[in-house]
Amino acid sequence: MINGLKKWRLFTLMTALIFFLAGCGREEISTLIPAGGVAQDQFNLLLLSSAVMLFVIIVVTIVYVLAITKFRRSKLGEEMIPEQVEGSTKLEFLWTAIPIVLIIIIAIPTVYQTFDLADTRTMDVEAEDGSMTNLTVNVIAKLYWWEFEYPEQGIVTAQELVVPTDQRVYFNVVSADVKHSFWIPSIGGKIDANPENTNTFYLTFNQESSELEDGVFYGKCAELCGPSHALMDFKVKTMNSNDFDQWVASMKEEQTPPSDALAQTGEELFGADGLGCIGCHAVSGVGAGNVMAGPNLATFGDRNRVAGILEHNEENLKAWIKEPQDFKPGNQMPDVKSLNGGQDVSEQDLDALAAYLMTLTVEQ
Amino acid sequence: MSSIAKKSGFGATVWDYITSVDHKKIAILYLISGGLFFLIGGIEAMMIRIQLMKAGNDFLSAGTYNEVMTMHGTTMIFLAAMPLLLGFMNAIMPLQIGARDVAFPFLNSLGFWLFFFGGIFLNLSWFLGGAPDAGWTNYASLALASESHGIDFYALGLTISGFGTLISGINFLVTIINMRAPGMTYMRMPLFTWTTFVASALILLAFPPLTIAIFFMVFDRMFGSHFFDVAAGGNTIIWEHLFWIFGHPEVYILILPAFGIFSEIFAIFSRKRLFGYTALVFATILIGFYGFMVWAHHMFTVGLGPTANAIFALATMIIAVPTGVKIFNWLLTVWGGNVSFATPMLYAVGFIPSFVAGGVTGVMQAIAPLDYQLHDSYFIVAHFHYVIVGGVVLAIFAATHLYWPKMFGTMLSEKLGKITFWLFFIGFHLTFFIQHFLGLMGMPRRVYTFGANQGWDLFNAISSVGAIFMALGVIIMLVNIVLTTIKNERVGNDPWGDGRTLEWAIPSPPPFYNFAQTPLVRGLDTYWIEKMEGNKEGMIYAEPLGDIHMPNNSFIPVVMSFGLFVASFGALYHPDGYSWTIPVLVIGLLITFGSMLLRSLKDDLGFHIHKEDLIKDREGVKTDGHK
Repeated sequence: MINGLKKWRLFTLMTALIFFLAGCGREEISTLIPAGGVAQDQFNLLLLSSAVMLFVIIVVTIVYVLAITKFRRSKLGEEMIPEQVEGSTKLEFLWTAIPIVLIIIIAIPTVYQTFDLADTRTMDVEAEDGSMTNLTVNVIAKLYWWEFEYPEQGIVTAQELVVPTDQRVYFNVVSADVKHSFWIPSIGGKIDANPENTNTFYLTFNQESSELEDGVFYGKCAELCGPSHALMDFKVKTMNSNDFDQWVASMKEEQTPPSDALAQTGEELFGADGLGCIGCHAVSGVGAGNVMAGPNLATFGDRNRVAGILEHNEENLKAWIKEPQDFKPGNQMPDVKSLNGGQDVSEQDLDALAAYLMTLTVEQ
Repeated sequence: MSSIAKKSGFGATVWDYITSVDHKKIAILYLISGGLFFLIGGIEAMMIRIQLMKAGNDFLSAGTYNEVMTMHGTTMIFLAAMPLLLGFMNAIMPLQIGARDVAFPFLNSLGFWLFFFGGIFLNLSWFLGGAPDAGWTNYASLALASESHGIDFYALGLTISGFGTLISGINFLVTIINMRAPGMTYMRMPLFTWTTFVASALILLAFPPLTIAIFFMVFDRMFGSHFFDVAAGGNTIIWEHLFWIFGHPEVYILILPAFGIFSEIFAIFSRKRLFGYTALVFATILIGFYGFMVWAHHMFTVGLGPTANAIFALATMIIAVPTGVKIFNWLLTVWGGNVSFATPMLYAVGFIPSFVAGGVTGVMQAIAPLDYQLHDSYFIVAHFHYVIVGGVVLAIFAATHLYWPKMFGTMLSEKLGKITFWLFFIGFHLTFFIQHFLGLMGMPRRVYTFGANQGWDLFNAISSVGAIFMALGVIIMLVNIVLTTIKNERVGNDPWGDGRTLEWAIPSPPPFYNFAQTPLVRGLDTYWIEKMEGNKEGMIYAEPLGDIHMPNNSFIPVVMSFGLFVASFGALYHPDGYSWTIPVLVIGLLITFGSMLLRSLKDDLGFHIHKEDLIKDREGVKTDGHK
C-alpha cells in the first residue's frame, strides 16, 4: 500500500514536472502569455473562471472521495441493506442555490466584457487634423493567405500584419471565398471571416514583436477552410507608433530597382514579359485590398516566413515557387510550368527570381 | 410462429433478425451495427492521433486528414453513439415500464434499417471518390466549395439515417406515454426510461431543423438552388443556425440517456434508492428544455453582436445548475449505500470526475469573451471529448456490462471488464486532458499538421500515447465479448443481485413476449419493493394469464429503406449529367413508396400466443433460466 502511494506521488511529481518544463507555451502564440489588452482581459476571465471551477471541483472531490471510500461493500459486508433514503429538500436547495451564486459571480464580468470587446465607438473618429484617431485595418482572408489593407493610409500588404503598439487597432474582417477565422492567440480572441458580411472588432498590442525570440507574433486561421487550413498562418509585427509611421511612409515610396544583375534578371522574369507573376502579385505597397489575386509582395524581403510557414531563405522560396502544391495543398497559385510555356523553370531563373524577391523591402 | 422454443439454423436466425420487429432483437441489431461503426470511427481516431503524433508528420495527406477527421466525428455521433444508445433504449425501456414491446414494432424495425442504410451509404463514400471533408458540422461555404461527392454522401446519408432516428424517437415517446404497466405513473418511471423519454422529445424537436438544413444543402449541391450561395444572395450563416439548433440538443440526446444509465447503476450498485429522484427527473426535463435555448454559444465568434452573445452566454451558464444537481444527487445516492465496485459501477465512478471536468470547461466556454480565445482551439476538442467520451462512451461501456446478461443471458468477464476500464479511463485522460493546454497555447482544431517549435510537440506526443491505451481497452473489451459468448454461462433473472426495476424481475434474456402477465407497479423500484416484501415471483400481476397478441415479422422495412438507399445514388450523381440518374432516383422512390403502399393495403393482423403455450414456456424457462 505504502509502495503504491509512493508510486502515485512520483507520478504526480512527474506530471507537475512535465507542465513546468513545457511552461505555458511560446510567447509568440500562447494565450497564457497575453501580449495585448484583449488577451489580458480574456486571460483574467480564464483565471476567474478557473478559480470558481476549482472551488466546485474541490467540493465535488471531497464528497466523492468520502462516498466511495466510506461505503464500500468490503467494509460493510455482503448482506447489509442500507436505509432507502428518498432525498432531502434542504440539500437540493443548497446545491441549487450555491451554483446560482457562482454563476452570477461569473456572469457579471461576462456581460461587461462581451459589450466592452464589441465597443467600436472610437472607430472612424476624426482627430482635429482630419486623420483618424485609431488605425483601421481591413483583413481579407483568402485560401490560404491573408491580405491587410490600410484604407486611410492607402497601402496594402499580405501575410505579415504590421501594427503600432499601445493603441486600439480596429479590424474589418471578411472572407473572399470560404469561411475563415482571424486569430492572434497572444493578442486576443478571434473573429470569423464570413463570406457574406464584414465583422469588426479591435485589438491592442502591448509588446513590440522585436523583443520576441522569433521577432513576430503568430496568427492562425481558426476555421476549417480546406486541405491547407492548418497552414493558413500569418505573422504580426508590432512596433512603436514612430516606427509604424515610418513603415507606412516607406510603404508609400516607390521600390528602388535592384542594382544586382541577378536580381535585375529576376525582375524581368517576374514582369509581364517574363513569367507574368506581376499579374497576381503587386510589388508596390500602395493600393487597395481585394484587387490582386495573389499576396502583395512589397515587403517580401522583410518577411519572417515564406508562404507563412517556411523558414525565410532563398532555398525555401525557390522550392515554393517550383511546387507550391507540395507545401500548401489546394492553394491557388498557378503551376509555374504553365506560366513558362509548359517547361520547367531553370535553376538560374529560379535563383534570379529569388534574388529579386529578397530585394523587395521597406524596412531598413 | 406459434411454436416458441423453435430451434433453427444460422440462415434462419439471420433471416429472423433481419425481419424481426421484436424490440430486443432490434436492440441487438443496433448494438452490432453501432458497435461496428464505433470501431470504424475508432480506427479513424487512431489515424488522427498517429498523424498528430509529431510535428510535420506525413502519415496522412492534408485532404485525407480532413476526410478522416470529418468521418470520425460524423460516424461517432450519428452512427455509433446514438445507435448504441438507441440499442439500449430498445432493449431495456419497454422492460422497465412493463410493456410487451414498443408501441409500433414495425416502425421500430424501419427506424433501424433507415439508420443502417444511411450509415452504409455514408461510409461507401470512402470507395466512391472520397469521403466528406468539411467537418461533421459541414459549414456551408466550405461544403459548397468541396469538389468531391463526399458532401453529397454526407447530406443524403444523414437524411436517410435521420429519418430513422426521428421515427425511433416518436416511437419511444408514444411507447412511454401509452404502454406503461398499470401503476407505473410518470413519477414511478425508472430514470433510464425518463431520460429516454426526454431524449426522444429532443429527437422529435431537434431533427427537423437538421433535415431542413440538409435538404437545402442537397438542393444547393445537386439541383441548382442557392440557399447558401453568397454570390447569388444566399447566406451561409443560416446553415450554422440550423445546424446548431439541431446540434446542441443532439449533445443532450446523447448525454441524457447516459445520465439515465448511470442513475440505474448508482442505485443498483449502492443497493440504495436514487437520492432525490424527483430532483433528478426535473433536472433532466430542465436540461432538455434549456438545450434548445443555447445553440448560439457555438457561434460566439460568428459576429452576432454583443447582445446575442451575452444572452446566449447567460442561458448556457444556467444549464450548469440542473447538471450540478444531478452530480450531487448521484454522490448522495452512493453516500450511505453499500457500494459494490463491479465493472458497471467502476465506469459510473469514473464518469463523475470526467464529466465534472467536461462540465466546468463547458461553463468556461459559456463566458463569451473567453470563448473568443477557446473557440475552435484544441480546448474545445478536449472539452467535448470529456463530455462525449467521459460521459456518453463510458455510459455505453457501463451499459454493455450492466445489460449484457439481460440481453444475452450471460455475464461479461468482470476481470477483463476491469482491465478495459482502467486502460480506457487512463488513456482517455492522458489523451484529452493535455489538449486543454494545447488549445490555450494557441493550437487551432482541425489542423492536419502543426509546425515544430510552436510549443506543442510534447503534449501532442503524450496525447497520441493516451490514444493507444484507449484502443487497447477497446480490443480487450472485444476479446471479452468473444470469450463470454463462447463460454456462455447462463445467468438468472437478476444476475447483479441488486436489481431494482422490472427488467430484473424476468428471465435473462426475456421471452419474446417479455411479460406473460402484465405486472402491477406499486411504487418506484418495483422489483426491489417486491423483493423486500419477500415476493418470490418478483412481481404482482395486473391481469390473469391469457392469450397474448403479437405482431408478425416483416421484411418490408428493409425494402423500404433500401429504396431510399437506391434513390440516393440517383440524386448523388445527378449533377454529373449521367442519363441514368433520374431513372435510378425514380426507381428507388418507387421501391419505397411501393412497399409503403403494400404495407397499407395488406392487412397484417399478427398472431396470438395461447395461454397453454405460455404455461409450458414458463415451466421451461424456470428449469433452465435460473442459476
